[in-house]
Amino acid sequence: MLDTLVAGLLRGNVYALGAVGISLVFGVMNVVNFAQFSFFGLGAMLAWFFVAQEGLPFWLALPLVLVVCAGLGLLVNVAVVRPLARFLPLAAMLSTYAVSQILDNASQLAFTAQFRVFPKVLPTSNLHVGSMRFGTSDLVMLGVTATVMLGMSAFLRYGKVGQAIRATAQDQEAALQVGIPVGLVQHLSFVIASALGGLAGVFVSLYVGVANPTSGLTTGMTAFVAAALGGLGSLVGAVVGGFVLGIVEAFGISLAGDTARQIIVFAVLVVVLVVRPGGLLGKVPLIATEPLTGTFLGKGRPLRVPRWVWPAAFVLGGIVVPFVADDYVLTTGTQVLVYAVIAAGFTVTAGQAGVVALGQAGPIAIGAYTSALLTLHLHVSFWVALPVAGLVAAVIASILSSPVWGVKGHYVSIATLGVGTAIVAVIQLVLPQGIYGIPVPTWAGTPLSTPRAYYLVDAGVLALTLLVTWRLRASHLGKVISSVGSDEVAALASGVRVRDYKALAFAVSAFFAGIGGSLLAHQYTYIDPTIFTMLMSLLVVTIVIMGGVSLPYGAVVGSLVLIGAMELLRFTPELRIIAYGLVLILVVRFRPGGILVRTA
Amino acid sequence: MTAVLEVTGLRRHFAGLAAVDGVSFTVGPHEVVSIIGPNGSGKTTTLNLVTGAIPAHGGSIVLDGTRIDVADPARIAEHGIARTFQNGRVFAALSVADNVEVGLHTTLRAHRPFHRLSHLVGLRWVALLGELVVAVVGTPAARRERRAIDATVAAEIERFEARLGPRRDDPAYSLSYANRRRTEIARALAPRPKLLVLDEPTAGMNPSETAEVLGQLLELKAEGQAMLLVEHKLDLVMTVSDRVIVMDGGRIVAQGAPDEVRADPAVIEAYLGRRRVAAEERA
Amino acid sequence: MSDLLALEDVHVSYGPFHALRGVGLTVGEGEIVSLLGGNASGKSTTMKAILGLTRVRAGVVRLAGEDVTHRSTAHRVRAGISSVPEARRVFPEMTVDENLRAGAYTRRDRAGVADDLDRMRELFPRLAERRRQQAGTLSGGEQQMLAVARALMSRPRLVCMDEPTMGLAPRLVDQVLDEIARLNRELGVAVLLVEQQAELALSIASRGYVLATGQIALRGTAAELLDDPRIHEAYLGKAVPA
Repeated sequence: MLDTLVAGLLRGNVYALGAVGISLVFGVMNVVNFAQFSFFGLGAMLAWFFVAQEGLPFWLALPLVLVVCAGLGLLVNVAVVRPLARFLPLAAMLSTYAVSQILDNASQLAFTAQFRVFPKVLPTSNLHVGSMRFGTSDLVMLGVTATVMLGMSAFLRYGKVGQAIRATAQDQEAALQVGIPVGLVQHLSFVIASALGGLAGVFVSLYVGVANPTSGLTTGMTAFVAAALGGLGSLVGAVVGGFVLGIVEAFGISLAGDTARQIIVFAVLVVVLVVRPGGLLGKVPLIATEPLTGTFLGKGRPLRVPRWVWPAAFVLGGIVVPFVADDYVLTTGTQVLVYAVIAAGFTVTAGQAGVVALGQAGPIAIGAYTSALLTLHLHVSFWVALPVAGLVAAVIASILSSPVWGVKGHYVSIATLGVGTAIVAVIQLVLPQGIYGIPVPTWAGTPLSTPRAYYLVDAGVLALTLLVTWRLRASHLGKVISSVGSDEVAALASGVRVRDYKALAFAVSAFFAGIGGSLLAHQYTYIDPTIFTMLMSLLVVTIVIMGGVSLPYGAVVGSLVLIGAMELLRFTPELRIIAYGLVLILVVRFRPGGILVRTA
Repeated sequence: MTAVLEVTGLRRHFAGLAAVDGVSFTVGPHEVVSIIGPNGSGKTTTLNLVTGAIPAHGGSIVLDGTRIDVADPARIAEHGIARTFQNGRVFAALSVADNVEVGLHTTLRAHRPFHRLSHLVGLRWVALLGELVVAVVGTPAARRERRAIDATVAAEIERFEARLGPRRDDPAYSLSYANRRRTEIARALAPRPKLLVLDEPTAGMNPSETAEVLGQLLELKAEGQAMLLVEHKLDLVMTVSDRVIVMDGGRIVAQGAPDEVRADPAVIEAYLGRRRVAAEERA
Repeated sequence: MSDLLALEDVHVSYGPFHALRGVGLTVGEGEIVSLLGGNASGKSTTMKAILGLTRVRAGVVRLAGEDVTHRSTAHRVRAGISSVPEARRVFPEMTVDENLRAGAYTRRDRAGVADDLDRMRELFPRLAERRRQQAGTLSGGEQQMLAVARALMSRPRLVCMDEPTMGLAPRLVDQVLDEIARLNRELGVAVLLVEQQAELALSIASRGYVLATGQIALRGTAAELLDDPRIHEAYLGKAVPA
């Protein structure tokens, strides 16, 4: 019992450090900084490198790690976040994820992906109180955190610059007016946050004993949830959120095992956001002065597409390609088509309802598993399993997401991310092994197992998807859903039940995500939970942003570029992630409305 | 004859400060009532309370015999209140015509086959899926209703034909400020509301645009539209209103016919400040 | 006499919306000038252009002769301009003292700042009583005093005030205006007073400008403007008893 509490405090300690960094940056820039995740892994690897490789003493290595992380943080802000945040804070948030991917992969190239044993720099179980054992290492960690937190709060309370940070977080415009250089304050916040992230990373590896470049992701995700839990922007909230999560998690794991970790974390998040939409210590404005989500729907007109393009594209994609291209191109083509189906469906949620849901991997996974289980165990035909997979994905994802539609702004993205991650975590809990031998579809007794057959099936499904989304857009319902994305307050005043239509839009998107999942499952013939990652969710969002967030056919273009081109250029997976990041950053910077949208 | 809107003892505070403090008034059938008062006197908060955008902390609001102070804004809109906003809120991504069409939402039947179920927590999905099926598949009734929608949208745009006619298919974000406000008014009028609530409809408009809006408001008044109006431009208020309510510090300090209000010293003090009164006394 | 602040033919646009169309105005040393106009007439945008909070598309903003059109807000604060933002905008979760110190952010002289803190406490005894209280918990009138005091902490030569009387009860309105007039008299600081309530602003100003749809529609001394029937027409509406 007491042991669990101490374990919880130690975890909470790390989460609190990370969460303070995320909250600090959010406060002064209004951007959720996913790049913070990487600094956990980076801090750990740098500490390993300095201590184990270079033989530096720990007390020298620690400040070095902090300096390197701080410098990288500054670079990230100068090069990516600040330029983008001026246009669209939400786009800046997505690009911080890209930055995080770039940093993780750079770190993997530098340190390799191996797990490294972290040298035992301090004793870990040399002390005890009663029956509870702990070590100098634990005391040092808690001590350093306590010192850092006290130092931070003294700095923020009494320091001139610290006060400027608080002033900027409380009212950026007023801070500008009294002559505070807000840009410098933002840089400084990034520097502090990145150093704190590095510190937390060092602590994680001290605590766990091993380090790996991507080990930051889980810790980072939890720290991020802690920041959201406390109320983004509230530093006290971040500390409270960090320790609450650490302790809840420790008790949860001792009761339900380690696999339940993510489910617990995100369940806590969703419950808190539903009860207090601004987090434990955050505030939500009563009436949004500006449509929160609307800012994301870049103001621009779709490029005029000549009429002949549609039949030409259909003939080219549906007839010429399948009979001319080789198997390699066709296999790539199936990926492009499946992602186009998922993304075109997603335009209803992201583009029309204006909800940037970050958890589409959830419904994709549900669709894949439903279809696999139905065909494998109940011997249902693929053609029946396909629509059923879409329906099951829509129903389950809608039920699980139903509490979050009252949540606003960034929080709805965070909450959907939570729901998506929790879905995959539950699947992992129930079916950790993956499913083998998923049957291939058959048509009139013939198995459709060639790339060409898959391609034709996928092309047919895509054509239907585009037809449905196009009809929806043109209908009264489509206009009503778009009104929700444009301005919620005005939509409510026109009698539009905003929450209901967001839920409906999401159900439609989840349906197509489920369909896409089913198509993927039958082509891979093997699925396991590691396929359905946050990266997959963000890839869907990126495809949609790329093509023009509210254009279903834009999703096809986005998918062609992000899936097709990457594959055909034979980018390695690491390089591909870096390219995703760069492409996203470039698109948001130069064509914020998407490739097919001319900005006003 | 019962009032269209009956507000009794309305209260709302923000962080302990009373923004609206025991406000009572009525709007009769075909009546145009204006609320005036200095900035921060609680005018806009009153409108937000009446339309449900902000929940009230006390008092009651009755619309045409139905108590609405506990209803959500969408329900209030269904009951027949349509509004515009202080700086004009249009659906930026939608065209002018589509903006007006969204205004018709609460009046549609064939496009919302099970709309009555949308109030019931367990069954609202039936209503939503009904709408989805109509949207994707279509029904003969919906096609007939589509023609009615198009006709109404055309009629509403007709009101502002010279201004909005040429822009009907342009996205709202590309409109001028004045045209956005016109689009907003057209959207609010489309469902034939029992009460039209206008929050500073001429804010930011030049004198000729203001005169145009005044003309339109007088036309609406002639059609018998009941209106609740917050406006700073006093000549417009005095011309269009049947009754004027003066607010200051969250309370009603005077109300009556335009002429009476104009002569009320309490009004001059509230609206123009004590200094002016003192200066006039010196003069 | 050279002007402390001069705007010359300033244009500002927000996307397609042309908010200011060639605004010109001046404020002399130690003068109170009021800038009047209705909602969305361009008052707040003018203020932003003066403070460097929005991009000026064409025209020049001069501060004591220096062209500051493209200089940062921080630079302008150091050069002697400060502001009382619309709706007060004190830092709600900072104490009264911290708010005042934030106002002196651009200053390097610690001793001088400490002196000025004492002076503000003398000038505004209410703030001295509440120095450790969070600013968000002050009453509207006290917040207004704090915003004014914060603006004075940078030792400005010119304070721009954006509707300092907005949302205040009439008694407080008079108090705030008296306070502004007193500060102008005692400290010699020039004031640009942006107001909707013309009569109020002109009661303490020496000169005034009336903005309408992004242009200066009227200008003159306070007395001229108060007597000008056009001010009612352009701004208050003709139905107001003259």
